Amino acid sequence: MSVRVGEAARAPAFAAAAKQLLQNQQLRRNVRHATEVIRNKRAKVVAETPDWQELREAARRIKNHVLRHLDEYLEQFERACTRAGGRVHWARDAAEANRIVIDIVKQHGGTEIIKVKTMTSDEIRLNVALEAAGITPYETDLADLIIQLDHDKPSHIVVPALHKNKTEIRRLFLEKMKLSELGETAEDLAAAARRYLREKFLRVPIGFSGGNFAVAESGSVCVVESEGNGRMCVTLPRVLISLVGIEKIVPAFDDLEVFLQLLGRSATGERMNPYNSIWTGVTPGDGPQEFHVILLDNGRTTVLADGESRETLDCIRCGACLNICPVYRQTGGHAYGSIYAGPIGAILTPQLQSMQHSQTLPYASSLCGACYEVCPVKIDIPEILIHLRAKVVEGGGAPLLERLGMRAAAVAFADGAHLETAQQVARLAQKPLVRDGLIRSLPGMLGGWTATRDLHPIPAESFRDWWAKREKQA
Amino acid sequence: MQISLFITCYNDTLFPDTGKAVVAVLERLGHSVEFRPAQTCCGQMHYNTGYPHDAAAMMHHFFRVFRDAPVICVPSGSCVAMIRDHFPKMAEESGDPEAVRACRELLPRIYEFSELLIDKLETTDTGARFPHSVTLHTTCHSLRSLQVGDRPARLLRGVRDLTFVELPQSDQCCGFGGTFAIKNAEVSAAMLADKIGCIQETPAEVVTAVDNSCLMHIGGGLSRQGSPVRAMHLAEILASTGAESGS
Repeated sequence: MSVRVGEAARAPAFAAAAKQLLQNQQLRRNVRHATEVIRNKRAKVVAETPDWQELREAARRIKNHVLRHLDEYLEQFERACTRAGGRVHWARDAAEANRIVIDIVKQHGGTEIIKVKTMTSDEIRLNVALEAAGITPYETDLADLIIQLDHDKPSHIVVPALHKNKTEIRRLFLEKMKLSELGETAEDLAAAARRYLREKFLRVPIGFSGGNFAVAESGSVCVVESEGNGRMCVTLPRVLISLVGIEKIVPAFDDLEVFLQLLGRSATGERMNPYNSIWTGVTPGDGPQEFHVILLDNGRTTVLADGESRETLDCIRCGACLNICPVYRQTGGHAYGSIYAGPIGAILTPQLQSMQHSQTLPYASSLCGACYEVCPVKIDIPEILIHLRAKVVEGGGAPLLERLGMRAAAVAFADGAHLETAQQVARLAQKPLVRDGLIRSLPGMLGGWTATRDLHPIPAESFRDWWAKREKQA
Repeated sequence: MQISLFITCYNDTLFPDTGKAVVAVLERLGHSVEFRPAQTCCGQMHYNTGYPHDAAAMMHHFFRVFRDAPVICVPSGSCVAMIRDHFPKMAEESGDPEAVRACRELLPRIYEFSELLIDKLETTDTGARFPHSVTLHTTCHSLRSLQVGDRPARLLRGVRDLTFVELPQSDQCCGFGGTFAIKNAEVSAAMLADKIGCIQETPAEVVTAVDNSCLMHIGGGLSRQGSPVRAMHLAEILASTGAESGS
């Protein structure tokens, strides 16, 4: 089984993608502005929550418990959901999940579906598979619609079109919605999207959603959102299909109390998400009369198998780590080559692919620790990044020069005498590089340093030399 | 008090003046400093880049060198973070009960420089005079891992004739990140540009921190831009008596 995470396997190395994106000043301004707005809002509503740290700890414990008993909770969910009139499907990978969706749509003779809030469908490249099968997917979340109309890719977990500003979106709507006129305010743009989408909501009989949480005891699925488009997507169609990663299980309805407090505040800086849709199976005469849940593995069980980094699966996709990340803020999400961007993407994407692809992502961090501080479920992202770096090195994924350099340094650090010799050698080796008391250009990999930074040469006397001299004099 | 100095590999090699300053401050406060020349490195670069086995060898060496040291001063926040955050687990994983015990015994005796002054030596007055305006970069490891809080700032405020200037967004990473600065040089440089922008918003003549690694990066960028702002380790400011030329 080869797991695909969108197009991540074919994505360029992070540094190369980032280098290109750093040239795009408009994109960088958009990303900076948007992340600053959200993180300030988040900081405010977190500060007013007196039991924030207790909530985080509770969430971590619930997730930890679920992952240790995932098999039991998944089967409990299946039983409860089936009892309530839903149908549960199990998908090992992207290909299986896509086939299940296409089969359901075809059974109903459908040629169109309306979609909302489903990053996981991007993970399995559902839209590509649907289109190949002659089925047209319509994204109904405003940001996803923008991305779809522009044939672009999402750049943020919660705010997929965060890299675009109003002017760019207005231009896009004028062209793609074939409008003759359109105002410039956010309200004008939202109104245009509403007119465009309402027609789809009322016409298309098959809906498709993701799931923020799946409750094992009741078989319920929960989707949170801000626009109400999700509410329409999961209530208006006759048939509803929900794609849910197996890690989205929570044991009991009461557990939502913890997660819904954490998610809204962390994701958008709201005390609560404006729309929290929770539904259980099928209710005759009310809402969809046929309900399917697809439980997706697609690499999640391989993540589960590694005790050191298992907590990656605790993620509730709030995006707080993206908004706080000083790396993400410079490059935006596309540099990560995956629908899962930012710090969480840097640990999730390579693991889902069994560390076979996206091997530069664990290095796309300065390990500043800001992500861990804001994570509502306390995923120690820096720790996992380091763990994954060791896996990359172990798998032979590190450059030869780096390996040699690290080996040489390890020898030098074996004891004080070795280090002293290494200092003497380095002092001699640097001689041709020093000009006017500074090193302004280094060869090879190290050239990245001197492209923007001067380096003071190694002084003639190390601290240990100075100390030895002082001891002798004393 | 007898204080053993773990100078750290890069301070030893690249920033001997910081070590001399630590010695000067501690001796001025009436303490006696020892330096064990067998010492090398905490293993942080290896560990963070994906070479935990090499780092473990350095940890064992560290235990051998410092085993019986009563108090250990480390003028580098990130190295202390390496020791506190990772050594316990690494010692456990080494399967060596001696290492586990050494780790448990040693950890409470290890102090980052500003921690040592305030928590152990209980002083914010080091007798320093530094007639300059200074701003403080709160380095990621000292802030988030060690949680040194306002200790460095309190020490700066205790310096005579020093004008302390708050640094906007001082908790933002400067973009150094060890091998990150090489592997992702462009992103690192973009982060540095933001940091330098914040420094230049202030009237500070000097930017200081408790980590020379960040300062090497920040200072290297300032130097390349021809900025007159100097990057100086906190210990060098605290060692200053205002009599030295240029400081």
